[in-house]
Amino acid sequence: MTRWVMIADLRRCVGCQTCTASCKHTNATLPGVQWRKVLDMESGEYPDVSRTFVPVGCMHCGDPPCMQVCPSTAIRQRDDGIVTINDDLCIGCGYCILACPYQALDKVDRPSYAYGCKPAPHEAARMERGRIGVSQKCTFCSDRIDNGREQALTPGVDPGATPACVNSCIADALHFGNIENPQSNVSELLRENEHFRMHEELETDSGFYYLWEKRS
Amino acid sequence: MNGVAPRLQRHWDWRAAGNFICGGTGTGFYLFAALATLQGIQGPWPGLLALAFVGVGLFLVWLETGRPWRFINMFFHPQTSWITREALVVIPLMIFGLAGAWFGWRALVLVAAVFGLGFLYCQARILNAAKGIPAWRTPASVPLIFTTGLTEGAGLFLAAGLFLFPEAAGIASRFTVSALLALIIVRVWLWQVYRRSLEGGGAPDQAVAALREINYRFLAFGHVLPVVLVAGGLLLSKQAVVLNAFAGLFALAGGWMLKFTIVTRAAYNQGYALSRSPARVVGSGGGPGTKPGWSTGPSPDY
Repeated sequence: MTRWVMIADLRRCVGCQTCTASCKHTNATLPGVQWRKVLDMESGEYPDVSRTFVPVGCMHCGDPPCMQVCPSTAIRQRDDGIVTINDDLCIGCGYCILACPYQALDKVDRPSYAYGCKPAPHEAARMERGRIGVSQKCTFCSDRIDNGREQALTPGVDPGATPACVNSCIADALHFGNIENPQSNVSELLRENEHFRMHEELETDSGFYYLWEKRS
Repeated sequence: MNGVAPRLQRHWDWRAAGNFICGGTGTGFYLFAALATLQGIQGPWPGLLALAFVGVGLFLVWLETGRPWRFINMFFHPQTSWITREALVVIPLMIFGLAGAWFGWRALVLVAAVFGLGFLYCQARILNAAKGIPAWRTPASVPLIFTTGLTEGAGLFLAAGLFLFPEAAGIASRFTVSALLALIIVRVWLWQVYRRSLEGGGAPDQAVAALREINYRFLAFGHVLPVVLVAGGLLLSKQAVVLNAFAGLFALAGGWMLKFTIVTRAAYNQGYALSRSPARVVGSGGGPGTKPGWSTGPSPDY
Protein backbone atom coordinates (compact mmCIF):
# COMPACT_ATOMS: atom_id res chain seq x y z
CA MET A 1 0.00 0.00 0.00
CA THR A 2 1.11 3.53 -0.73
CA ARG A 3 -0.17 6.86 0.51
CA TRP A 4 1.94 9.87 -0.33
CA VAL A 5 1.91 12.58 2.31
CA MET A 6 3.77 15.79 2.91
CA ILE A 7 5.23 17.06 6.15
CA ALA A 8 6.09 20.64 7.06
CA ASP A 9 8.37 21.14 10.03
CA LEU A 10 7.11 24.40 11.50
CA ARG A 11 10.28 24.78 13.55
CA ARG A 12 12.34 24.93 10.40
CA CYS A 13 10.29 26.90 7.89
CA VAL A 14 11.71 30.41 7.51
CA GLY A 15 9.02 31.73 5.17
CA CYS A 16 11.39 32.29 2.25
CA GLN A 17 8.71 31.28 -0.30
CA THR A 18 11.24 29.35 -2.35
CA CYS A 19 8.76 26.46 -2.46
CA THR A 20 6.12 28.86 -3.77
CA ALA A 21 8.43 30.09 -6.51
CA SER A 22 9.55 26.59 -7.34
CA CYS A 23 5.93 25.43 -7.65
CA LYS A 24 5.06 28.34 -9.92
CA HIS A 25 8.10 27.66 -12.07
CA THR A 26 7.38 23.94 -12.30
CA ASN A 27 3.66 24.19 -12.97
CA ALA A 28 3.55 27.50 -14.86
CA THR A 29 0.58 28.76 -12.91
CA LEU A 30 -0.85 32.12 -13.91
CA PRO A 31 -0.32 35.29 -11.86
CA GLY A 32 -2.43 35.19 -8.72
CA VAL A 33 -2.56 31.41 -8.64
CA GLN A 34 -0.37 29.66 -6.10
CA TRP A 35 -0.70 25.95 -5.60
CA ARG A 36 1.87 26.11 -2.81
CA LYS A 37 1.68 29.02 -0.38
CA VAL A 38 3.48 29.87 2.82
CA LEU A 39 1.37 31.72 5.35
CA ASP A 40 2.74 34.08 7.95
CA MET A 41 0.72 33.51 11.14
CA GLU A 42 0.90 35.09 14.56
CA SER A 43 -0.25 33.44 17.76
CA GLY A 44 -0.30 34.21 21.44
CA GLU A 45 -0.86 37.55 23.12
CA TYR A 46 1.52 40.40 23.72
CA PRO A 47 4.19 40.10 25.01
CA ASP A 48 4.20 36.33 24.53
CA VAL A 49 3.71 36.29 20.77
CA SER A 50 5.16 33.96 18.20
CA ARG A 51 5.30 34.04 14.44
CA THR A 52 5.00 30.87 12.41
CA PHE A 53 5.45 30.25 8.70
CA VAL A 54 2.97 27.67 7.52
CA PRO A 55 3.19 26.00 4.10
CA VAL A 56 -0.26 25.16 2.75
CA GLY A 57 -1.81 23.84 -0.43
CA CYS A 58 -3.86 20.84 -1.43
CA MET A 59 -3.76 18.44 1.51
CA HIS A 60 -4.58 15.43 -0.71
CA CYS A 61 -7.17 14.36 1.83
CA GLY A 62 -8.03 10.73 2.40
CA ASP A 63 -11.69 11.74 2.24
CA PRO A 64 -11.58 14.73 -0.12
CA PRO A 65 -14.65 16.98 0.14
CA CYS A 66 -13.84 18.37 -3.31
CA MET A 67 -14.15 14.94 -4.89
CA GLN A 68 -17.41 14.17 -3.12
CA VAL A 69 -19.16 17.25 -4.44
CA CYS A 70 -17.70 17.29 -7.97
CA PRO A 71 -20.62 16.64 -10.37
CA SER A 72 -18.45 15.68 -13.33
CA THR A 73 -16.09 13.13 -11.71
CA ALA A 74 -13.23 15.35 -12.86
CA ILE A 75 -11.75 15.10 -9.39
CA ARG A 76 -10.49 11.65 -8.57
CA GLN A 77 -8.25 10.00 -6.04
CA ARG A 78 -5.49 7.72 -7.20
CA ASP A 79 -4.66 4.51 -5.39
CA ASP A 80 -1.65 6.25 -3.87
CA GLY A 81 -3.90 8.96 -2.32
CA ILE A 82 -3.06 11.77 -4.73
CA VAL A 83 -6.16 13.79 -5.64
CA THR A 84 -6.20 14.86 -9.29
CA ILE A 85 -8.34 17.02 -11.57
CA ASN A 86 -9.10 16.02 -15.15
CA ASP A 87 -9.12 19.33 -17.05
CA ASP A 88 -11.12 17.81 -19.89
CA LEU A 89 -14.00 16.71 -17.67
CA CYS A 90 -14.28 19.69 -15.32
CA ILE A 91 -17.17 22.04 -16.09
CA GLY A 92 -15.79 24.84 -13.92
CA CYS A 93 -18.77 25.03 -11.58
CA GLY A 94 -16.48 25.97 -8.69
CA TYR A 95 -18.25 23.68 -6.22
CA CYS A 96 -14.98 21.99 -5.25
CA ILE A 97 -13.47 25.38 -4.41
CA LEU A 98 -16.24 25.95 -1.88
CA ALA A 99 -16.06 22.41 -0.52
CA CYS A 100 -12.36 22.58 0.25
CA PRO A 101 -11.70 23.89 3.77
CA TYR A 102 -8.04 24.54 2.88
CA GLN A 103 -8.63 27.05 0.06
CA ALA A 104 -6.48 24.84 -2.10
CA LEU A 105 -8.38 25.13 -5.35
CA ASP A 106 -8.58 27.98 -7.79
CA LYS A 107 -10.22 28.82 -11.08
CA VAL A 108 -9.09 31.31 -13.70
CA ASP A 109 -11.74 32.34 -16.22
CA ARG A 110 -9.54 34.61 -18.28
CA PRO A 111 -5.78 34.28 -18.69
CA SER A 112 -3.68 37.01 -17.14
CA TYR A 113 -0.01 37.66 -17.57
CA ALA A 114 2.80 38.97 -15.45
CA TYR A 115 3.61 41.90 -17.73
CA GLY A 116 0.54 43.49 -19.25
CA CYS A 117 -2.15 42.04 -21.46
CA LYS A 118 0.12 39.94 -23.67
CA PRO A 119 2.06 36.89 -22.55
CA ALA A 120 5.81 37.11 -22.30
CA PRO A 121 7.56 34.52 -24.53
CA HIS A 122 8.08 32.12 -21.65
CA GLU A 123 4.43 32.46 -20.61
CA ALA A 124 3.20 31.86 -24.14
CA ALA A 125 5.39 28.79 -24.43
CA ARG A 126 4.06 27.21 -21.26
CA MET A 127 0.47 28.41 -21.27
CA GLU A 128 -1.95 25.54 -20.62
CA ARG A 129 -5.22 26.58 -22.26
CA GLY A 130 -6.95 23.53 -20.84
CA ARG A 131 -6.66 25.02 -17.38
CA ILE A 132 -8.73 28.12 -18.22
CA GLY A 133 -12.25 28.01 -16.83
CA VAL A 134 -11.69 24.86 -14.80
CA SER A 135 -10.55 24.13 -11.26
CA GLN A 136 -6.87 23.67 -10.60
CA LYS A 137 -4.71 22.74 -7.65
CA CYS A 138 -1.50 21.12 -6.48
CA THR A 139 -0.90 17.65 -7.90
CA PHE A 140 1.92 16.69 -5.52
CA CYS A 141 3.89 16.78 -8.81
CA SER A 142 2.33 13.44 -9.65
CA ASP A 143 3.93 13.32 -13.10
CA ARG A 144 7.32 13.69 -11.47
CA ILE A 145 6.53 10.93 -8.99
CA ASP A 146 5.32 8.61 -11.74
CA ASN A 147 8.31 9.28 -13.97
CA GLY A 148 10.68 8.84 -11.06
CA ARG A 149 9.15 5.55 -10.01
CA GLU A 150 9.49 4.24 -13.55
CA GLN A 151 13.20 4.87 -13.14
CA ALA A 152 13.21 3.01 -9.79
CA LEU A 153 13.64 6.24 -7.82
CA THR A 154 12.10 6.71 -4.38
CA PRO A 155 9.74 9.69 -3.95
CA GLY A 156 10.79 11.83 -1.02
CA VAL A 157 14.32 10.49 -1.16
CA ASP A 158 15.44 10.95 -4.75
CA PRO A 159 14.90 14.48 -6.09
CA GLY A 160 13.90 13.11 -9.49
CA ALA A 161 10.78 11.57 -7.94
CA THR A 162 10.00 14.24 -5.37
CA PRO A 163 7.65 17.27 -5.60
CA ALA A 164 9.37 20.47 -6.68
CA CYS A 165 8.49 22.37 -3.49
CA VAL A 166 10.16 19.73 -1.31
CA ASN A 167 13.25 19.67 -3.51
CA SER A 168 13.59 23.43 -3.33
CA CYS A 169 13.18 23.90 0.42
CA ILE A 170 16.31 25.60 1.73
CA ALA A 171 15.60 24.76 5.38
CA ASP A 172 14.77 21.07 5.00
CA ALA A 173 11.34 21.91 6.38
CA LEU A 174 9.32 20.07 3.73
CA HIS A 175 9.33 16.30 3.45
CA PHE A 176 7.51 13.86 1.25
CA GLY A 177 7.04 10.12 1.44
CA ASN A 178 4.87 7.06 1.86
CA ILE A 179 3.11 7.04 5.22
CA GLU A 180 2.07 3.41 4.74
CA ASN A 181 5.68 2.33 4.85
CA PRO A 182 6.82 2.27 8.51
CA GLN A 183 10.45 2.64 7.43
CA SER A 184 9.88 5.70 5.25
CA ASN A 185 11.30 9.13 6.00
CA VAL A 186 7.85 10.53 6.80
CA SER A 187 6.83 7.67 9.08
CA GLU A 188 10.05 8.16 11.00
CA LEU A 189 9.49 11.91 11.32
CA LEU A 190 5.95 11.40 12.58
CA ARG A 191 7.14 8.85 15.11
CA GLU A 192 9.84 11.18 16.43
CA ASN A 193 7.86 14.42 16.53
CA GLU A 194 4.63 15.85 17.87
CA HIS A 195 2.41 16.74 14.96
CA PHE A 196 -1.06 17.86 13.90
CA ARG A 197 -3.08 18.26 10.75
CA MET A 198 -4.98 21.43 9.94
CA HIS A 199 -8.75 21.47 10.59
CA GLU A 200 -8.62 17.96 12.00
CA GLU A 201 -12.17 18.43 13.33
CA LEU A 202 -13.53 18.46 9.77
CA GLU A 203 -12.46 14.83 9.33
CA THR A 204 -10.96 15.16 5.87
CA ASP A 205 -8.05 12.84 6.71
CA SER A 206 -5.58 15.40 5.42
CA GLY A 207 -2.34 14.12 3.91
CA PHE A 208 -0.33 17.11 5.13
CA TYR A 209 1.24 16.99 8.60
CA TYR A 210 2.80 19.77 10.64
CA LEU A 211 5.60 19.03 13.09
CA TRP A 212 5.83 21.33 16.08
CA GLU A 213 8.04 19.66 18.69
CA LYS A 214 10.46 16.80 19.17
CA ARG A 215 8.77 13.92 20.94
CA SER A 216 10.40 13.14 24.27
CA MET B 1 -0.77 38.12 8.83
CA ASN B 2 -2.64 38.80 5.60
CA GLY B 3 -4.68 36.09 3.94
CA VAL B 4 -5.03 33.75 6.90
CA ALA B 5 -8.44 34.85 8.21
CA PRO B 6 -11.64 33.59 6.53
CA ARG B 7 -12.45 35.42 3.32
CA LEU B 8 -15.74 35.89 1.52
CA GLN B 9 -15.92 33.46 -1.38
CA ARG B 10 -16.42 35.10 -4.78
CA HIS B 11 -16.81 32.02 -6.92
CA TRP B 12 -20.56 31.72 -6.48
CA ASP B 13 -22.09 35.15 -6.92
CA TRP B 14 -25.59 36.51 -7.60
CA ARG B 15 -26.03 33.98 -10.41
CA ALA B 16 -25.65 31.06 -8.01
CA ALA B 17 -27.87 32.85 -5.51
CA GLY B 18 -30.37 33.26 -8.36
CA ASN B 19 -30.47 29.50 -8.81
CA PHE B 20 -31.32 28.95 -5.17
CA ILE B 21 -33.86 31.79 -5.21
CA CYS B 22 -35.60 30.80 -8.44
CA GLY B 23 -35.35 27.05 -7.80
CA GLY B 24 -36.85 27.33 -4.33
CA THR B 25 -39.57 29.73 -5.41
CA GLY B 26 -40.43 27.70 -8.50
CA THR B 27 -40.67 24.31 -6.81
CA GLY B 28 -42.50 25.75 -3.79
CA PHE B 29 -44.93 27.48 -6.12
CA TYR B 30 -45.43 24.28 -8.09
CA LEU B 31 -46.33 22.41 -4.92
CA PHE B 32 -49.09 24.89 -4.07
CA ALA B 33 -50.30 24.95 -7.65
CA ALA B 34 -50.51 21.14 -7.54
CA LEU B 35 -52.40 21.23 -4.24
CA ALA B 36 -54.79 23.77 -5.73
CA THR B 37 -55.72 21.25 -8.43
CA LEU B 38 -57.24 19.17 -5.61
CA GLN B 39 -59.59 22.09 -4.98
CA GLY B 40 -60.54 22.15 -8.63
CA ILE B 41 -58.36 25.11 -9.55
CA GLN B 42 -56.65 23.95 -12.68
CA GLY B 43 -54.94 25.47 -15.65
CA PRO B 44 -51.60 25.34 -17.37
CA TRP B 45 -50.24 28.72 -16.32
CA PRO B 46 -49.34 28.18 -12.65
CA GLY B 47 -47.30 25.09 -13.50
CA LEU B 48 -45.63 26.78 -16.43
CA LEU B 49 -44.75 29.81 -14.34
CA ALA B 50 -43.20 27.54 -11.69
CA LEU B 51 -41.16 25.64 -14.27
CA ALA B 52 -40.05 28.94 -15.78
CA PHE B 53 -38.66 29.96 -12.39
CA VAL B 54 -36.74 26.69 -12.12
CA GLY B 55 -35.47 27.10 -15.68
CA VAL B 56 -34.29 30.66 -15.09
CA GLY B 57 -32.42 29.52 -11.97
CA LEU B 58 -30.65 26.79 -13.89
CA PHE B 59 -29.84 29.19 -16.70
CA LEU B 60 -28.28 31.59 -14.20
CA VAL B 61 -26.07 28.92 -12.71
CA TRP B 62 -25.15 27.73 -16.20
CA LEU B 63 -23.85 31.23 -16.86
CA GLU B 64 -21.58 30.85 -13.85
CA THR B 65 -19.76 27.73 -15.02
CA GLY B 66 -16.32 28.13 -16.56
CA ARG B 67 -17.01 25.59 -19.33
CA PRO B 68 -20.75 25.89 -19.93
CA TRP B 69 -20.80 23.74 -23.09
CA ARG B 70 -19.63 20.78 -21.07
CA PHE B 71 -22.84 20.88 -19.02
CA ILE B 72 -23.59 17.26 -19.87
CA ASN B 73 -20.67 16.26 -17.60
CA MET B 74 -22.60 17.37 -14.55
CA PHE B 75 -24.70 14.20 -14.79
CA PHE B 76 -21.68 11.96 -14.16
CA HIS B 77 -21.56 11.74 -10.36
CA PRO B 78 -24.91 10.84 -8.79
CA GLN B 79 -23.16 8.68 -6.16
CA THR B 80 -22.17 11.65 -4.01
CA SER B 81 -22.70 14.98 -5.77
CA TRP B 82 -25.86 16.91 -4.97
CA ILE B 83 -25.42 19.02 -8.12
CA THR B 84 -25.68 15.86 -10.21
CA ARG B 85 -28.73 14.75 -8.23
CA GLU B 86 -30.35 18.15 -8.68
CA ALA B 87 -29.70 17.94 -12.43
CA LEU B 88 -31.15 14.44 -12.58
CA VAL B 89 -34.29 15.37 -10.65
CA VAL B 90 -35.01 18.36 -12.84
CA ILE B 91 -35.51 16.11 -15.90
CA PRO B 92 -38.64 14.29 -14.62
CA LEU B 93 -39.79 17.54 -13.00
CA MET B 94 -39.79 19.24 -16.40
CA ILE B 95 -41.24 16.25 -18.25
CA PHE B 96 -44.12 15.65 -15.84
CA GLY B 97 -44.64 19.38 -15.32
CA LEU B 98 -44.88 20.17 -19.02
CA ALA B 99 -47.02 17.10 -19.66
CA GLY B 100 -49.29 18.12 -16.79
CA ALA B 101 -49.67 21.61 -18.26
CA TRP B 102 -50.32 20.21 -21.74
CA PHE B 103 -52.77 17.44 -20.88
CA GLY B 104 -54.20 18.98 -17.73
CA TRP B 105 -54.07 15.68 -15.86
CA ARG B 106 -53.97 16.15 -12.11
CA ALA B 107 -51.90 12.99 -11.54
CA LEU B 108 -49.09 14.31 -13.73
CA VAL B 109 -49.07 17.61 -11.86
CA LEU B 110 -48.93 15.87 -8.49
CA VAL B 111 -46.05 13.64 -9.61
CA ALA B 112 -44.18 16.70 -10.88
CA ALA B 113 -44.73 18.38 -7.51
CA VAL B 114 -43.07 15.44 -5.77
CA PHE B 115 -40.05 15.79 -8.07
CA GLY B 116 -40.13 19.52 -7.31
CA LEU B 117 -39.76 18.73 -3.61
CA GLY B 118 -36.84 16.49 -4.49
CA PHE B 119 -35.25 19.32 -6.44
CA LEU B 120 -35.69 21.68 -3.49
CA TYR B 121 -34.13 19.14 -1.13
CA CYS B 122 -31.15 18.74 -3.47
CA GLN B 123 -30.65 22.51 -3.44
CA ALA B 124 -30.56 22.54 0.35
CA ARG B 125 -28.05 19.69 0.37
CA ILE B 126 -25.84 21.42 -2.21
CA LEU B 127 -25.12 24.20 0.25
CA ASN B 128 -24.78 21.81 3.16
CA ALA B 129 -22.14 19.70 1.36
CA ALA B 130 -19.80 22.66 0.86
CA LYS B 131 -17.51 21.83 3.74
CA GLY B 132 -15.32 24.85 3.18
CA ILE B 133 -18.09 27.35 3.97
CA PRO B 134 -19.08 27.16 7.64
CA ALA B 135 -22.34 29.11 7.17
CA TRP B 136 -23.49 26.51 4.65
CA ARG B 137 -22.20 23.26 6.09
CA THR B 138 -24.15 23.44 9.34
CA PRO B 139 -26.92 20.81 9.32
CA ALA B 140 -29.33 23.59 10.29
CA SER B 141 -29.05 25.05 6.77
CA VAL B 142 -30.93 22.13 5.17
CA PRO B 143 -34.36 22.56 6.81
CA LEU B 144 -34.00 26.35 6.61
CA ILE B 145 -33.39 26.39 2.85
CA PHE B 146 -36.10 23.78 2.27
CA THR B 147 -38.70 25.59 4.35
CA THR B 148 -37.78 28.92 2.80
CA GLY B 149 -38.46 27.49 -0.65
CA LEU B 150 -41.89 26.33 0.44
CA THR B 151 -42.62 29.69 2.07
CA GLU B 152 -41.61 31.53 -1.08
CA GLY B 153 -43.83 29.24 -3.11
CA ALA B 154 -46.82 29.85 -0.89
CA GLY B 155 -46.16 33.57 -0.97
CA LEU B 156 -45.90 33.72 -4.74
CA PHE B 157 -48.98 31.55 -5.12
CA LEU B 158 -51.04 34.00 -3.07
CA ALA B 159 -49.79 36.94 -5.12
CA ALA B 160 -49.93 35.29 -8.53
CA GLY B 161 -53.37 33.87 -7.85
CA LEU B 162 -54.84 37.34 -8.31
CA PHE B 163 -53.75 37.30 -11.94
CA LEU B 164 -53.67 33.61 -12.86
CA PHE B 165 -57.11 32.60 -11.55
CA PRO B 166 -58.84 35.80 -10.30
CA GLU B 167 -62.26 34.17 -10.03
CA ALA B 168 -60.94 31.41 -7.74
CA ALA B 169 -58.34 33.43 -5.85
CA GLY B 170 -60.43 33.45 -2.71
CA ILE B 171 -60.77 29.67 -2.62
CA ALA B 172 -57.10 29.14 -3.32
CA SER B 173 -56.17 31.77 -0.77
CA ARG B 174 -57.81 30.09 2.23
CA PHE B 175 -55.68 26.95 2.27
CA THR B 176 -52.50 28.69 1.13
CA VAL B 177 -52.77 31.41 3.77
CA SER B 178 -52.96 28.78 6.49
CA ALA B 179 -49.95 27.05 4.99
CA LEU B 180 -48.09 30.36 4.70
CA LEU B 181 -48.67 31.18 8.34
CA ALA B 182 -47.50 27.74 9.42
CA LEU B 183 -44.42 27.98 7.22
CA ILE B 184 -43.60 31.46 8.51
CA ILE B 185 -43.68 30.20 12.09
CA VAL B 186 -41.49 27.22 11.22
CA ARG B 187 -39.08 29.46 9.29
CA VAL B 188 -38.66 31.84 12.23
CA TRP B 189 -37.81 28.91 14.47
CA LEU B 190 -35.40 27.38 11.93
CA TRP B 191 -33.75 30.76 11.43
CA GLN B 192 -33.04 30.96 15.16
CA VAL B 193 -31.72 27.38 15.18
CA TYR B 194 -29.53 28.17 12.19
CA ARG B 195 -28.06 31.31 13.72
CA ARG B 196 -27.46 29.59 17.04
CA SER B 197 -25.56 26.82 15.24
CA LEU B 198 -23.14 29.41 13.85
CA GLU B 199 -22.64 31.64 16.84
CA GLY B 200 -20.05 30.86 19.46
CA GLY B 201 -17.55 29.17 17.18
CA GLY B 202 -19.69 27.60 14.46
CA ALA B 203 -18.71 30.11 11.79
CA PRO B 204 -16.26 32.98 11.27
CA ASP B 205 -17.18 36.21 13.03
CA GLN B 206 -17.84 38.04 9.77
CA ALA B 207 -20.30 35.38 8.60
CA VAL B 208 -22.19 35.65 11.87
CA ALA B 209 -22.16 39.45 11.53
CA ALA B 210 -23.54 39.28 7.97
CA LEU B 211 -26.47 37.21 9.20
CA ARG B 212 -27.00 39.40 12.25
CA GLU B 213 -27.19 42.41 9.94
CA ILE B 214 -30.32 41.12 8.18
CA ASN B 215 -31.95 39.62 11.26
CA TYR B 216 -34.40 42.42 12.08
CA ARG B 217 -35.27 43.18 8.46
CA PHE B 218 -35.82 39.49 7.78
CA LEU B 219 -38.01 39.04 10.82
CA ALA B 220 -39.96 42.28 10.37
CA PHE B 221 -40.62 42.21 6.62
CA GLY B 222 -40.52 38.48 5.99
CA HIS B 223 -42.54 37.38 9.01
CA VAL B 224 -44.20 40.01 11.18
CA LEU B 225 -45.57 42.08 8.31
CA PRO B 226 -47.12 39.10 6.47
CA VAL B 227 -48.79 38.00 9.70
CA VAL B 228 -50.15 41.52 10.25
CA LEU B 229 -51.46 41.65 6.68
CA VAL B 230 -53.16 38.28 7.00
CA ALA B 231 -54.70 39.40 10.29
CA GLY B 232 -55.88 42.55 8.51
CA GLY B 233 -57.50 40.33 5.90
CA LEU B 234 -59.45 38.54 8.61
CA LEU B 235 -60.82 41.87 9.80
CA LEU B 236 -61.44 43.35 6.36
CA SER B 237 -62.79 40.35 4.54
CA LYS B 238 -63.49 42.24 1.30
CA GLN B 239 -59.84 43.13 0.97
CA ALA B 240 -58.60 39.78 2.26
CA VAL B 241 -57.42 38.43 -1.09
CA VAL B 242 -55.36 41.54 -1.82
CA LEU B 243 -53.92 41.71 1.69
CA ASN B 244 -53.04 38.02 1.53
CA ALA B 245 -51.32 38.64 -1.79
CA PHE B 246 -49.19 41.36 -0.22
CA ALA B 247 -48.47 39.10 2.74
CA GLY B 248 -47.25 36.52 0.27
CA LEU B 249 -45.05 39.02 -1.53
CA PHE B 250 -43.34 40.06 1.69
CA ALA B 251 -42.78 36.44 2.73
CA LEU B 252 -41.35 35.83 -0.74
CA ALA B 253 -39.03 38.84 -0.58
CA GLY B 254 -37.85 37.76 2.87
CA GLY B 255 -36.86 34.36 1.52
CA TRP B 256 -35.00 35.90 -1.40
CA MET B 257 -33.11 38.23 0.94
CA LEU B 258 -32.19 35.31 3.18
CA LYS B 259 -30.82 33.17 0.36
CA PHE B 260 -28.98 36.05 -1.28
CA THR B 261 -27.32 36.82 2.06
CA ILE B 262 -26.41 33.22 2.83
CA VAL B 263 -24.96 32.56 -0.63
CA THR B 264 -23.14 35.82 -1.26
CA ARG B 265 -22.66 37.72 2.02
CA ALA B 266 -22.24 35.12 4.76
CA ALA B 267 -20.19 32.72 2.67
CA TYR B 268 -16.86 33.21 4.40
CA ASN B 269 -14.51 30.30 3.99
CA GLN B 270 -12.82 28.35 6.74
CA GLY B 271 -9.59 30.33 6.81
CA TYR B 272 -6.46 28.80 8.25
CA ALA B 273 -5.66 27.64 11.76
CA LEU B 274 -2.80 26.28 13.80
CA SER B 275 -3.40 23.79 16.60
CA ARG B 276 -0.03 24.65 18.13
CA SER B 277 2.79 27.01 17.35
CA PRO B 278 6.19 25.35 17.14
CA ALA B 279 8.54 24.83 20.05
CA ARG B 280 11.66 26.95 19.63
CA VAL B 281 13.44 25.07 22.39
CA VAL B 282 13.17 21.30 22.73
CA GLY B 283 10.88 20.38 25.58
CA SER B 284 9.31 23.82 25.86
CA GLY B 285 5.92 22.44 24.86
CA GLY B 286 5.41 24.87 22.01
CA GLY B 287 3.02 27.76 22.05
CA PRO B 288 -0.71 28.19 21.71
CA GLY B 289 -2.38 27.79 18.38
CA THR B 290 -4.40 30.38 16.52
CA LYS B 291 -7.59 30.55 14.48
CA PRO B 292 -7.81 34.07 13.02
CA GLY B 293 -11.26 35.46 12.37
CA TRP B 294 -13.07 33.07 14.71
CA SER B 295 -14.39 33.75 18.18
CA THR B 296 -13.59 31.05 20.65
CA GLY B 297 -16.47 28.83 21.53
CA PRO B 298 -17.61 25.25 21.52
CA SER B 299 -16.95 23.30 18.36
CA PRO B 300 -20.15 22.73 16.45
CA ASP B 301 -21.47 19.34 15.45
CA TYR B 302 -20.82 18.86 11.78
